Amino acid sequence: MKQLIAFLIALVPTVAFAAGGSSVPLDHAKVDLEDKASLQRGAQVFMNYCMGCHSLEYARYNRVAKDLGIPEGMMQDNLVFADKKIGSLMSIAMRKEDSKVWFGATPPDLTLVARVRNPDWLYTYLRSFYQDSTRPYGVNNTVFKDVGMPNVLGHLQGKVEKGCAPKPEGYDPLTGQEILVEKCDVLYQVEEGQLSPKEFDNLVLDLVNFLEYMGEPVALERQRIGWFALLFLLLMLVPVYFLNQEYWKDVK
Amino acid sequence: MSQDGVNKGRRLLLLGATGGMGAVGAGFVAVPYIKSWNPSEKAKAAGAPAKVDVSKLEPGAMLTVEWRGKPVYVVRRTQESLGFLEGLADKLKDPNNTNKAQQPEYADNLPRSRKPEISVLLGVCTHLGCAPKLRPDAKPEPFDADWKGGFFCPCHGSKFDLAGRVYNGSPASDNLLVPPYYYEDDSVIVIGESGENA
Amino acid sequence: MSKLNALMGWVDDRLPVTVTYEKHMSKYYAPKNFNFWYFFGVLSMVMLVNQILSGIWLTMNFTPSSEAAFASVEYIMRDVEYGWLLRYMHSTGASFFFIAVYLHMMRGLLYGSYQKPRELIWIFGMGIYLILMAEAFMGYVLPWGQMSYWGAQVIISLVGAVPYVGEGLQQWVQGDFLISGATLNRFFALHVIALPLVLVALVVLHLLALHEVGSNNPDGVDIKKHKDENGKPLDGVPFHPYYTVHDLIGIVVFLMVFCTVMFFFPEGNGFFLEYANFEPANGLKTPEHIAPVWYFGAYYAILRAVPDKILGIVAMGGAIAVLFVLPWLDRSPVKSIRYKGLASKILIPVFGVVFAILTWLGTQSADGYFLGLVNNTTMARICSVFYFAFFLLMPIYTSKEKTKPVPERVTGGH
Repeated sequence: MKQLIAFLIALVPTVAFAAGGSSVPLDHAKVDLEDKASLQRGAQVFMNYCMGCHSLEYARYNRVAKDLGIPEGMMQDNLVFADKKIGSLMSIAMRKEDSKVWFGATPPDLTLVARVRNPDWLYTYLRSFYQDSTRPYGVNNTVFKDVGMPNVLGHLQGKVEKGCAPKPEGYDPLTGQEILVEKCDVLYQVEEGQLSPKEFDNLVLDLVNFLEYMGEPVALERQRIGWFALLFLLLMLVPVYFLNQEYWKDVK
Repeated sequence: MSQDGVNKGRRLLLLGATGGMGAVGAGFVAVPYIKSWNPSEKAKAAGAPAKVDVSKLEPGAMLTVEWRGKPVYVVRRTQESLGFLEGLADKLKDPNNTNKAQQPEYADNLPRSRKPEISVLLGVCTHLGCAPKLRPDAKPEPFDADWKGGFFCPCHGSKFDLAGRVYNGSPASDNLLVPPYYYEDDSVIVIGESGENA
Repeated sequence: MSKLNALMGWVDDRLPVTVTYEKHMSKYYAPKNFNFWYFFGVLSMVMLVNQILSGIWLTMNFTPSSEAAFASVEYIMRDVEYGWLLRYMHSTGASFFFIAVYLHMMRGLLYGSYQKPRELIWIFGMGIYLILMAEAFMGYVLPWGQMSYWGAQVIISLVGAVPYVGEGLQQWVQGDFLISGATLNRFFALHVIALPLVLVALVVLHLLALHEVGSNNPDGVDIKKHKDENGKPLDGVPFHPYYTVHDLIGIVVFLMVFCTVMFFFPEGNGFFLEYANFEPANGLKTPEHIAPVWYFGAYYAILRAVPDKILGIVAMGGAIAVLFVLPWLDRSPVKSIRYKGLASKILIPVFGVVFAILTWLGTQSADGYFLGLVNNTTMARICSVFYFAFFLLMPIYTSKEKTKPVPERVTGGH
């Protein structure tokens, strides 16, 4: 018995390791796949800012429309570009060979990015760009060092630098005022963007929510069926248990 | 081991309950195996309705649209050729659409179409599947001196009129199939679905 | 009813159906004191059936080419009705197959099920284990994700380490100068038909060998020593209906755990479906952390623990090979841990824990810290030494230790 428990404990992970993981602390993204409004906003953000370079080539428009509660006509008018049919895969026109030459690396397809990374990583990454004149696009990223991607959401977020700045750390117990401590190697805002920090965070959260949905559209249905399956097996246990008892009564 | 009838009854009940639930469980497990054989989203997307704009279609001309891998002939018929349809009855195997499977209700009429000017027909000969050729003009043809316009199948010589009805003497036995379709508006036809006013 | 009897009679005259059924089910007497550890043989068979059925159905939509494999898996996940469930049944099933197999092997260790006259059952079982590992390895390459590719790279390069013939041998296995579509395609053939056939054959032999001598039990007592006036073992019960009905409970409970994982945590936190495998294979981009799937962890840890490449391979192979000869290493006059001496009573459970730790270490990076205290590589070395000592010293401690007297009849009921 001991061995079994030890073995099972060994299966419980103590470290969630991500491929290309960073040692940077990640902000938590409260993903909610049932929040259709958020998913719809996230889809809009993706189509407007990301779809130019990043395909979602394993997904179909009509599935997204159905799952997000968007009528097909509306989907076609607002979120399907070029003259693609509603049932087609969400690929982009840019050829992989071209984008590799233009950007140095092909912008990867993002259908599964939320399964390769995780929502916290994506949420933190998209908000961690900072000015860096040594880089080709003038930006770098604390979560993904020397990333080849420009800061597409930069005009929404505003300008961010990395360096020394006062950061809030707790409250003064006497006055109730926020205590500011000077920290270095941190990100701080130097210029306002079109959105306030809170609005920007929400936008990115919606986008991450959408990407999490994209990674596995069937997730909610999977869980729904799971409850049913477990319930059935639990019920099945009843006759099976008593049947066993009935036969083994005879033994010894 | 077991002594009396009560035991046997209980045993049977439990066996029945277990067997019954097991069978139900097996049924549930079978669902994904069976349903996965249905046409996939990819197949459904490829088989989706096809749209065709007929506003620029000249009288006597034909557009060919692909639907579910097969050609659909969309022809704008002239008033003259429509006039011939009724008189052809004696030369045809099924002039009155007796075989109901070959057209939807809204095409169960003389021109075999929703609107008489436009015919929508599956370009697959009902004999062995070749693509019949459009011969729209009423003039003598090598295969029929008294040709009033229609389709001629080059494979084995089947003949159809401009409503897709099969001529006597053809190897084909049925009229050309009319697929489900509807008018999205005056100029756009959606082929593959019957729409609300089926 | 007599019509049915007549039919059966007709069949039995031509094919030994009833006789076989009686020999292996209704008149196969199994010890009545089977405990929890005895579920895992039949659970392994259930998992084998699951893998075969879900696997065949996946083959209906999977494309085994390097260009289309990855996309075809996503096609199954999204476009094929219930395809996602078939995929998860197969991926979760693979891990649960190994959970069942490892616990099944542990039972053998605990109760001396490999001792005479059951050595051949053990050897067939080890054969199954070996083929299963190859089958799982090849299966994991098929989705053609980053881990599929790089895991294959690491393991196949072991072949290349063989002196003199290594490079040629590696090219021959790969079918190309590098891991490529040629490798994928042949692994597909082996995974879908060749190895499953071998596996099924070995399982049949494993069961035939078992039924020839009869099952062991937690007391290690020979139930055939005490029979009633009809020649039936006093401590035995017919497998059917007693254990068919008993195993149903085990199956339902196991399926509940299986379904919990499959429907709620199919990725298993990165252990059952590794995160890196959701990225298409890229021969030019090595993942930061190449880890085998968890069930290979122990051997991978042993391989990495040895600083020399060739000796590491030898150690890894040796760790598997030593299991084959276990029947001859155990010199104990008693079978079951219940009656063995103090040495075995301590070492066997510790071995279980050590194997679990090695499995864990194999999935972690070599420079991490086990429980935050001991460097992973150091820990792997300590555990590897224990692993080999457990087996290699077994002839000594099993013959020297003071055993307890084994009862004549089994203890405990069902």
